[in-house]
Amino acid sequence: MTTPPNVSAAERGGRTELTAEGSWTAPHAAELERLVDSVSTDPALMRATAINMRGIEAFDTYGAWLLERLGRPGPTRKEQLQILDLDERYAGLLEEVHHVNRKPAEPRRAPNPIVRTLETIGRTLEDVGRDFLQFVNMLGALGNALVGVLLRPRSFRLTSAVHHLDRVGWQAVPIILLITFLIGGIIAQQGFFHFRKFGADDYVVDMVGILVLRELGVLIVAIMVAGRSGSSYTAEIGSMKMREEIDALRTMGLDPVSVLLLPRVIALVIALPLLAFLGSMAALYGGGVVAWLYGGMSPDIYIARLNEAISVTHFKVGMIKAPFMALAIGVVACAEGLKVRGSAESLGLHTTASVVKSIFLVIVLDGLFAIFFASIGM
Amino acid sequence: MPMTAPSDKPAISVRDLVVGFGDHIVLDRLSLDVRRGEILGFVGGSGSGKSVLMRTIIGLLPKRQGTIEVLGVDLERASDDDRHALERRWGVLFQQGALFSSLTALQNVQVPMREHLVLSERLMREVALAKLEMVGLSPSDGEKLPAQLSGGMTKRVALARALALDPELVFLDEPTSGLDPISAGDFDALIRTLQQTLGLTVFMVTHDLESLDTVCDRIAALADGKVVAIGPMSEMMRSPHPWMQAYFQGKRGRKLSRGLSTMET
Repeated sequence: MTTPPNVSAAERGGRTELTAEGSWTAPHAAELERLVDSVSTDPALMRATAINMRGIEAFDTYGAWLLERLGRPGPTRKEQLQILDLDERYAGLLEEVHHVNRKPAEPRRAPNPIVRTLETIGRTLEDVGRDFLQFVNMLGALGNALVGVLLRPRSFRLTSAVHHLDRVGWQAVPIILLITFLIGGIIAQQGFFHFRKFGADDYVVDMVGILVLRELGVLIVAIMVAGRSGSSYTAEIGSMKMREEIDALRTMGLDPVSVLLLPRVIALVIALPLLAFLGSMAALYGGGVVAWLYGGMSPDIYIARLNEAISVTHFKVGMIKAPFMALAIGVVACAEGLKVRGSAESLGLHTTASVVKSIFLVIVLDGLFAIFFASIGM
Repeated sequence: MPMTAPSDKPAISVRDLVVGFGDHIVLDRLSLDVRRGEILGFVGGSGSGKSVLMRTIIGLLPKRQGTIEVLGVDLERASDDDRHALERRWGVLFQQGALFSSLTALQNVQVPMREHLVLSERLMREVALAKLEMVGLSPSDGEKLPAQLSGGMTKRVALARALALDPELVFLDEPTSGLDPISAGDFDALIRTLQQTLGLTVFMVTHDLESLDTVCDRIAALADGKVVAIGPMSEMMRSPHPWMQAYFQGKRGRKLSRGLSTMET
């Protein structure tokens, strides 16, 4: 198709002259670079003062730049290489590249590894501090918006809140029921398997009841909601932020917090306790089914044992935690969403961060509540 | 290869093209030739299908009927290898720039090089910087992410990326929209210079009467799904088609035509 490029040298009148041939174009750029470099490192050839370009077939920016690189005065060349017989129509291109890459690239200094490690630790700590401030800031902004809504109830975005309640509450019901049903069944099965060794079959019901109502029901549901709804909040708010929709709202005199964030967080705070209740019931049901089919305990006995083993207190302990966990998930999701900057990568990063941080916070909250309830004797 | 002498065979040849979505026919038996080495400006009302035509030519939208030949290759019948080879010979500037948001400006320009050519890091960096400088950006702009660039800079980086492989043919979708008149003028001049130095064929969708007048060799107008007129600016002004009358004899067009007539006298 096209002939590969070549450079040869010839003596002419006591001076060395280079002669270029072939096509100096992008498809041959790698070959051409090797060629140009081998000429540049050969002291005999570097004495050449001119290059004859009559023999070239085709020429583009790549060829032009490599010719410029070859001819430019530098450590090994004192004066500009003369370019002879270059076709008229390529002159503009050569002129164009003659001006580029004039500024030497700034040398990148590699920092000391110890300093770099210390820097990473410092920056991470700073980030943790900043995250905490942003969390508190978002909580304050939401509180402020809530006060505004309470003072002027008509300004509340009811339609938006109901829409989000449908998405994070109603549409989440099937998957929540399925997962908590399975979890309840698994706990019961493990209980029977191990407790049977010392004849404590009856106490499996106590374990399932207390564990599900106090801890697992709400915890599993909160983690599910963080993964399902927290991430979608962050992605929605983040992409709105990316496309300047949030700035647009602000310039129209609308407060993004009360328009976008408050209805979402309120929907979550309402939905999570409801889901946690449904989830706990499904887990107890799953435990009962396993007790019957695997443990050989009839449903009547299971219900009677459950009635003795658990009290309303256990149920209350679980339910009280739910809205707080919902608040933590919502605040983290909104704060992360607003942190999204222009790139698609940043959107992905903050969505991940939102899920990881909200699950972490949910578990920390659960621990704090455990200490609190233990100390007040609930 | 770039800089081949303008031959008689058109760079883009569209025959009897029909494109539609559902019941809505956007392009109705449209035919168009773009000559090698020319800058063709393409005008038409909003929603008339200018971008649809461009996207159909580059193969992003399916067609219902007709043939499209780009640089002598029929995309429909070409093998994957031929298609791939053709994609190396054109560059596309999208309306919003379509820069990869997680890469810096310099890396954006390097993407096609990395994909299609085997080059050393050093050469790739130097050529990419050269391209950025040719479109009027400084080397330090190369380290910025797309989110940190202004509208005009985004278009320039997108143009540098479209030109990365020294294509023969460049598609520009509204290159000057959203730029201030001075930047738009600079951009026009830049396209003109690059077209002359690199010997490009340019297919430019635009609304900018100013750039139609200053940079385009020929103008094609799209109305009712067809090319209703094609020719240099002075011919466009005289076209009897009602849409053309409205477009070129409107308030803004008249100003331009006054300018033209004073030049002619």
